[in-house]
Amino acid sequence: MIITSRFFNRSELIGFIALAAVLFVILPLSLDVFRLNLVAKYLTYAFVAIGLVLCWGYGGILSLGQGVFFGLGGYCMAMFLKLEASSVENTKIQSTPGIPDFMDWNQITSLPLFWQPFHSLTFTIAAIILVPGLFALIIGTAMFKRRVGGTYFAIITQAVAAILTILIVGQQGYTGGINGMTDLRTLRGWDIRPDHAKIILYFFEVFLLFVCIGIAQFIRLTKLGRILVAMREQEDRVRFSGYSVANFKIFAFCMAAIFAAIGGAMFALNVGFMSPSFVGIVPSIEMVIYTAVGGRMSIFGAVWGSLLVNFAKTSLSESFPQLWLFGLGALFIAVVLAFPNGLSGIWADYVQPRIDRLLASRKSKAGAWADNSVADGAPAE
Amino acid sequence: MFGEYSIGDLGSIFVMQGFAGLILFSVYVLMALGLAIIFGQMGVINMAHGEFMILGAYVTWMTSNTFQHYLPSLFSGYFFLAMLLAFLASGALGMLVEWALIRHLYKRPLDTLLATWGLSLILQQTYRSVFGPREVGVELPQWMLGSLKVTDSIEVPINGVFVMGLTVLITIVVAYVLYKSRWGRQVRAVVQNRIMAGAVGINTEKVDRYTFGLGCGIAGIAGSAFTMIGSTGPTSGQLYIVDTFLVVVFGGAASLLGTIASAFSISQTQSTLEFFMSGSMAKVLTLLAVVGILMLRPQGLFALKVRK
Amino acid sequence: MSDEPNKGLQSPLRRKLLMGAAALPLISMLPRPSFGAGPATATVNTTGLAVTDTEVTVGILHSATGTMAISETGSIQAEKLAIEQINAAGGVLGRKIKFIQEDGASDWPTFAEKAKKLLVNDKVAAIMGCWTSASRKAVLPVMEQYNGMLYYPTFYEGLEQSKNVIYTGQEATQQILAGLNWIAKEKGAKSFFFIGSDYIWPRTSNKIARKHVENVLKGKVVGEEYYALGSTQFNSVINKIKLTKPDVIFTDVVGGSNVAFYKQLKAAGVDLSKQALLTISVTEDEIDGIGGENIAGAYACMKYFQSLDNANNKAFVADFKKMWGEKTVIGDVTQAAYLGPWLWKLTVEKAGSFDVDKIAAASPGVEFKGAPEGYVRIHENHHLWSKTRVGKAKLDGQFELIFETADLVEPDPFPKGYQ
Repeated sequence: MIITSRFFNRSELIGFIALAAVLFVILPLSLDVFRLNLVAKYLTYAFVAIGLVLCWGYGGILSLGQGVFFGLGGYCMAMFLKLEASSVENTKIQSTPGIPDFMDWNQITSLPLFWQPFHSLTFTIAAIILVPGLFALIIGTAMFKRRVGGTYFAIITQAVAAILTILIVGQQGYTGGINGMTDLRTLRGWDIRPDHAKIILYFFEVFLLFVCIGIAQFIRLTKLGRILVAMREQEDRVRFSGYSVANFKIFAFCMAAIFAAIGGAMFALNVGFMSPSFVGIVPSIEMVIYTAVGGRMSIFGAVWGSLLVNFAKTSLSESFPQLWLFGLGALFIAVVLAFPNGLSGIWADYVQPRIDRLLASRKSKAGAWADNSVADGAPAE
Repeated sequence: MFGEYSIGDLGSIFVMQGFAGLILFSVYVLMALGLAIIFGQMGVINMAHGEFMILGAYVTWMTSNTFQHYLPSLFSGYFFLAMLLAFLASGALGMLVEWALIRHLYKRPLDTLLATWGLSLILQQTYRSVFGPREVGVELPQWMLGSLKVTDSIEVPINGVFVMGLTVLITIVVAYVLYKSRWGRQVRAVVQNRIMAGAVGINTEKVDRYTFGLGCGIAGIAGSAFTMIGSTGPTSGQLYIVDTFLVVVFGGAASLLGTIASAFSISQTQSTLEFFMSGSMAKVLTLLAVVGILMLRPQGLFALKVRK
Repeated sequence: MSDEPNKGLQSPLRRKLLMGAAALPLISMLPRPSFGAGPATATVNTTGLAVTDTEVTVGILHSATGTMAISETGSIQAEKLAIEQINAAGGVLGRKIKFIQEDGASDWPTFAEKAKKLLVNDKVAAIMGCWTSASRKAVLPVMEQYNGMLYYPTFYEGLEQSKNVIYTGQEATQQILAGLNWIAKEKGAKSFFFIGSDYIWPRTSNKIARKHVENVLKGKVVGEEYYALGSTQFNSVINKIKLTKPDVIFTDVVGGSNVAFYKQLKAAGVDLSKQALLTISVTEDEIDGIGGENIAGAYACMKYFQSLDNANNKAFVADFKKMWGEKTVIGDVTQAAYLGPWLWKLTVEKAGSFDVDKIAAASPGVEFKGAPEGYVRIHENHHLWSKTRVGKAKLDGQFELIFETADLVEPDPFPKGYQ
């Protein structure tokens, strides 16, 4: 891969401008608030997908437990919002006013200790980053230091997702159980439900998304990113060159976890609640498919993948609910069998060469950046 | 908590609790055997394993209905035929899937996971379209219902005994096929060194196809047996897939003995814990213990080689 | 989606629909009601709802896909039947009811999203929908924020009351207490074993039942166990039941777990003709999956059984089967879902308006004499006054009515002494 001195090479720059134009200008202008809020919801998965590009696409580590981190981030945010919504005044109908409603239903009479710090927004924001980050660090250290293979890692992360779901559902007095935490209302007194709040939250989320894209791109361009790719291709050779493979893997996994957690926190803000149905195995695998559809090697592709698959899900399931599962299943198989690099692969293999040729026939400067598409074209495993 | 009960009561409860663990053990072994063959021998992660199981359950249900309508006199014996049909149906579907999908992905094990997940979604929706979204219950012949009274306080469910017997039988057959038969030796040769196995004249593609078919067929039998204790719906299969994978991984892939040992320890732990705490906490603790042990000993209980 | 009745349905239902279509000529032979003769739209709709001179739009919001489709299908069918019957009888304030059906896909955020779509985009006058408590909790803030009207059919845990919801099913005290009283008196029951699925409804119901058993019946609860939704291994709890030998097993296990529970109970030698079992979660719908032979002899406590012997119910069951097929069964919730459109129609006519605020205010006191369960009336707290009944499960999957309260039971979502 040719690393250019610029932050983006030319085709990435086009991708960046296109995405920014769509998210910042075209969608807000063309959609009503209801649909824009849906886009905001889809984009929360894009955070997860970008993380997966780092750890799966570049690092070769497939995590089937990203829902865990999405959920941890989301629950941290939701706990803060829920506490604010459960002021004594709002909950005076309960037998113990001032605690979240689901605690009251479960005969809990005082706020549990681990809920206390979530009165503070600063703590909450720190927790959104640190709790999933530390959790990923623990899992990653335990697994990668012992050189657990890829498939084993996938299965164990899946088990972790299952455990966390059962735990959240089972401890409903502390977590809201299967209902989740509903009826989140305000953020520091600012009502998150009305239309104008939704628009502000949307732009804030898109801004955060581009920050994450920037971080991911930065990681990719540094030596770190190159070692990750090298590791995926020839792990032993990297190890014999004196690098600590485990540490790089742990780093990629932690970054992916933190991105997912930010997505989860934005989900709680935009959608106004959090439930265990975003934590378990099924959502975790769906998040992987967003990445796969967009292209596991492409950061922008991951965002497009999340948008398109979710958009298809909403519109197809509205009109043909039965067709949707067939379609989703076929999508999985098609992406794996025929297009291992997803949309960005199709773009790089079919569309870009034509544009190049078109441009090349005008200027006589032939394919200056075709190299990049070749490097991105190699399958991951 | 035991103060109020007599020693005799407690004794019989522990016997019955152990028995409950054994039933869970049998279910785990039946589900995990097929997976252990596919994952352990071929390295393929088959996320659609649960759906192959459910296919077996639906075949059993259809057989039961057919017998009720057309051959009510033979109803008491339908279950044996149903299990055979379940094996054949799931096995045939498995071979088809291997041919159409899996064989293109042997070099990319993580991608088989995604592809078979897609397959499982398609199968679920197919079941839903064909059999309806409601769960179906299979009617059992009279002799399988009820329980055997061992002592006054110890009663043993007949279908539990049946499932256990079946498990032992199938385990023996699988062990024989894999370790004693010519075909089993071919399978293991392919696992150890595909290129060399091909060079000495083994048709590796055919071996792959039959191995996958066998694994899926056993899942079909498991599904058939499962109708005796649970229900069958389009998404029932998904409930077991994680448990089953953990059983296989915990046992150490590629080791039949390991699969059995791990199914035994997981099921006994869970059913013992269930007696002292709520079902969901028992499950959480069991899974946590398994994951914890796997972190310390990633190769599983009886392992050949996992480290990359 | 439009008002075509077959959109969003599972394909086995399609077959039933075809049978239903055979009945269409009958319906079309009825004198066609003419729509558009009602009061002027401007007077009955001051809040911009989807009401024209000839039509009014309502929403149906249930899971047609996913794990809950099994349960919610019956509610969708019942609501469509009620709407069709209301239209055949002249509609509401001279307007034909048109419905938009949305699929909640067994996913709580999707419910909230679709509810918002129905209220904001489609401006529906009312929504018939939700089934699980989780979906209702997700939809409730949306209903309150955009001032919609929800008719919620399921028996549920109580502890809730909203201007924007009419609860057509029973809340927990209404459903449970009479049944417990009956079984304590009839069977002399003193000791109870509770087993439920692990979520808010069974936990709250069992809490109420426990207080009633301990404080009112002076009995004892010898065990209380919860299993994760979808569990299929109940051998351990069955052993505990055998150890503690309760007079009554009281269950609120839901969904697919039921099948495993009753099969394993039977296999373990627990004979339901000798061991009393009272369930508040098994309706005729669930027995369809469990199999009558596995549950025959158990008692169920709720407000409606398909076998109820009254003229309203006979007509309802016949119409339901005509529309959806001879094999369909009707459970408690399905009947409660059928009440939704009717109660809404009656309330609209009482209020003389489609406006949500006026409907919310006019609801208390609305009576529906044609309910299959018998006479019902809306309470000030937006729940229904209804009778509580105990039925005994038979081999054929139906219940035999063996007890009903003499009077309507008052709904009490925030019961004093039970919290």
